[in-house]
Parts: sequence; C-alpha cells; structure tokens
Amino acid sequence: MKIIRSLDSVGEYALLMKRVLSVPDKFGEFIKEFMKGIYALGVNSIWIVIIISFFIGAVIVLQIALNIDSPMLPRFTVGVVSREIILLEFSSTIMCLILSGKVGSNVASEIGSMRITEQVDALEIMGVNAANYLILPKIASFVAFMPVLVIFSMFMGLSGGYIICMVLGTPSVETYVYGIQAFFTESFVWYSILKSMLFGFIIASVAAYFGYTAKGGALEVGRASTNSVVINSILILVTDLVFTQLAMG
Amino acid sequence: MIEVKNLIKEFDGEVVLNNIDATFQKGVVNIIIGKSGSGKSVMLKCLVGLTPPTSGEILYDGRNLIGMKTGEIRRLRRDIGMLFQGAALFDSRTVLENVMFPLDMFSRKNRRERRKRAEFCLERVNLSHAANLLPSEISGGMKKRVAIARAIVLNPKYLFCDEPNSGLDPKTAQMIDELIYDITTDFAITTIVVSHDMNSVINIGDNVIFINEGIKEWEGAKTEVMNAANEKLQDFVFASDLFRKIKEAEDIIAEDEKEVAARVEASKKSDKIIK
Repeated sequence: MKIIRSLDSVGEYALLMKRVLSVPDKFGEFIKEFMKGIYALGVNSIWIVIIISFFIGAVIVLQIALNIDSPMLPRFTVGVVSREIILLEFSSTIMCLILSGKVGSNVASEIGSMRITEQVDALEIMGVNAANYLILPKIASFVAFMPVLVIFSMFMGLSGGYIICMVLGTPSVETYVYGIQAFFTESFVWYSILKSMLFGFIIASVAAYFGYTAKGGALEVGRASTNSVVINSILILVTDLVFTQLAMG
Repeated sequence: MIEVKNLIKEFDGEVVLNNIDATFQKGVVNIIIGKSGSGKSVMLKCLVGLTPPTSGEILYDGRNLIGMKTGEIRRLRRDIGMLFQGAALFDSRTVLENVMFPLDMFSRKNRRERRKRAEFCLERVNLSHAANLLPSEISGGMKKRVAIARAIVLNPKYLFCDEPNSGLDPKTAQMIDELIYDITTDFAITTIVVSHDMNSVINIGDNVIFINEGIKEWEGAKTEVMNAANEKLQDFVFASDLFRKIKEAEDIIAEDEKEVAARVEASKKSDKIIK
C-alpha cells in the first residue's frame, strides 16, 4: 500500500512539474516573483551559509591536522585534503542538506499556507496557472542563486581553516595556503556548482510539491514541511551518490 | 446564464450530488441553500471546475465546462469572479495590489489605467481609505469587500460567492448581501451564492435552490420560501427561532385579516338587510 502511495506521489510530482515548467502567463510578474525568490531564498540564506561553512571548514582542518600526523605525509597534505573535502562534498552536498531544512521548509510552508487558505484556488479561478506562477520563480531563483551560495561556502570553509592554522600554528599558515593551492583541479569547482544547482532544483521543487498538495489545516502544513525536509535529504544523498559516480567515476 | 444538467458527483462511491438540474439566470442572484454537508459547496466547486464532477453537463452560455481543455478553462475563468469563504486575499500584497492582481496578469492596459480601475472597484465597495493596508490589518468584513472588488475588477460575466456572510455580524452581513445584489443587477452578472444564512435568502435571493443530502429538493423565489410545501425545506427554514416566530406572526396576521374580512362581510350583509 505504501509503495502504491509512493508511486502515486511520484506521478503527482511529475504532473505538477509539467504544469510548473511551462511559459509564464506574464513575464513581468514572473520576474517580480523571481527577484522576491532571490531575496527570500538566496540572500536570506547567506548568513547561515557563512556561519556554518566557516566553523565546519575550521573543524575539518583541525581534524585532519590532528589525525594525519605522519612523517610519511607532508604537512601541506592537510590543506590539500581539506580543500578537496570542502570543494567536492561539503560546499555542495552538506550545505544543500542544511539548506533543504531552511529553504525547503520555507517553500513548503508558504505554498501550503496559501493552499489551505484557498489562495491557490483563487489563483486558479482567476485563470492563472497557479503551479507555474507560484513554483517556477522559486525554483528558478534558488537554482540561479545556488552558485553564489556555493562559492561563499567554499571561500568561508577555506577561511575557517586559515584562521585555525593562524591560531594553532599547525600546520603553519604558509603550509596550509600552499596546500590549498597544490594539485588544484578547476573542474572540481564547476562540478560542485553544477551538483548544487541540481540539488537546488530538487529542494525547491520537492518542497513546493509538498506545499502544493497540502490538505486540511495548519497541522498538515507543518507535516508537509517536515516531510519535504525528510524526502529532500534522502533525495540529495541518493542523487549525490549517482551524480558522483557518473561525473567522477 | 449557467445551466446544470444531470450533475452527479461521487467521492469513493458515495454520492454527494445526485442528478442535479438547474438554471442560473443572468442579472439575478441565485442562492443555493442547504444544511452543512448537504453538497452545496461541492456543487459550487464543480461549477467553477475546481472539482471535476462524476458526470453531467455544466453549460456557461452554451459552452460545456466538462471536457474543455486546460487552456479553454483558463480563458473561461477570466470571465469568472469568486468570493471565497475566507476571502483568500494574498497576504503579502496590499489591498490595492490584491485588487490590481487580475489586471496585472491579464489586462493590456498600462499601469496607470490598471491602478485607476482598481481604485474604482475599491471605491465601489467603500474601501478607498484602506488601499495601502495589508490583509492582516483589516477586519473580516473588509476582507470580504476587498475580495468582491478583486472579483469584479475584470468585469466578470459570472460571480460565485461561497458563504459570503460566514463569520460576520448581521449589519456587515447585510452590507455584503446588498453589495452582491447591487453588483449583480448593475453589471447584469450571473451570480450564484452558496449560503445557509436565511437572512441572505430573504434579502437578495431572486432564485432559491434548496439542496438536501445531494438532491435538489426545491426551487423558487424568495417570497415562496416561507410558504413552500416541501417538508424538508420547512424544517431547514424554521430551524431558526426567528423565522419560526416570523411565521407564527404572519399566521396570526393572516387569521386576523380573515376574521376582519369575515366581520366586514357580515356587517355588509346586515347593512343590506337593514336597508
């Protein structure tokens, strides 16, 4: 029964996306909503990205410095390994897991509240493609802003490591800076940005699906918001595995 | 004009609307009344296409809503205005922006003209002073009036109102009723109101349809409601203490009138005899 319900949800999601991914009724209104989305979903997420990236970056460097303490390995390895972790996984996958909580619950609860207060029905009655009007600007703005968040995250993660090296002195700042520049592969940055944009689409669209299909009252909106975070987290992890194998394997 | 033919709606095999036939004329207020759970709100949702019926026809001036393509339905809906039970205003937009929204989406007029039209509609519902307030800053009655202004801003041919008086005090409810009636007659709109408020029926119900357990039990004018022969309708109407007392008073007056007429007749006869 649960499997059938899950398949039902997948079908419902696909049909919703078919309505979402169409030409907006009025481009001017789409741009307005897009800019609102950039601010609400993107700009408002910068602080949480900065704070988390800074501290996790510092902890990554600290852990590696403490655990890779072998005469066989040069000290700049700490910088190399930290950079690869931050670039390849932390700034894209882990940051998106965190954002699925913040942005996902925001999108699901906003659209869910509109659904239960009949605002979505009001849009439909006016002849507006409500799914397209409400969801497309959110997906587009979040996906478009994702590279900015990822680059902020990378920069702040590496800065956190820099500060910890300055404070503890092991490895030295010079060694760390040398490490983060050594054997640098530019494509890893693009890989990370591309992956985060894919995750951005998943986060916004899945959250919007749960909000759009919410029924009942405030309790159901809360439930839709929680479900969106849980399903988003699972989807991000599975997609990460598949994407990594396809792109790097 | 909207015609409904053999409308049936089932939810998981349970019949909610059973073979409803009705005609809603232009320029008059059509009221669908019935107890809670009688199927009147489902009927309204079927009429506007928010809930697909199981079978039947819904004809908007001859165009059948059932079987229309999505694009056609959207085009038809631009001729529809709807007042929702909770007003359904957009929380993040001001009162004026709410009223301007349908114009922003579908009108080719420039911004100044759109604004002028929205301000005219707000003036029509006596809310010019609230243009820059947010929905959270106005009362329930004002929200309903804003929703009416938004519903009429595109000059709709059809107006649907779902429980327009729910949660309002009698004075405000009467104001909303009068507004709906004036708009209907002024702009010759086909208006359908779903309500269980008998005051609305008596105030504005040009054509009244009574639905009970998904079946259309009775149809007639507001003047006939009180004296209709249908037992279920009588039960519904006179469930209200006020209406029961009005009916009793009317019966007493009718009895008195009969008695007076009989006395007059008797005195006329006696006058003739004396003469």
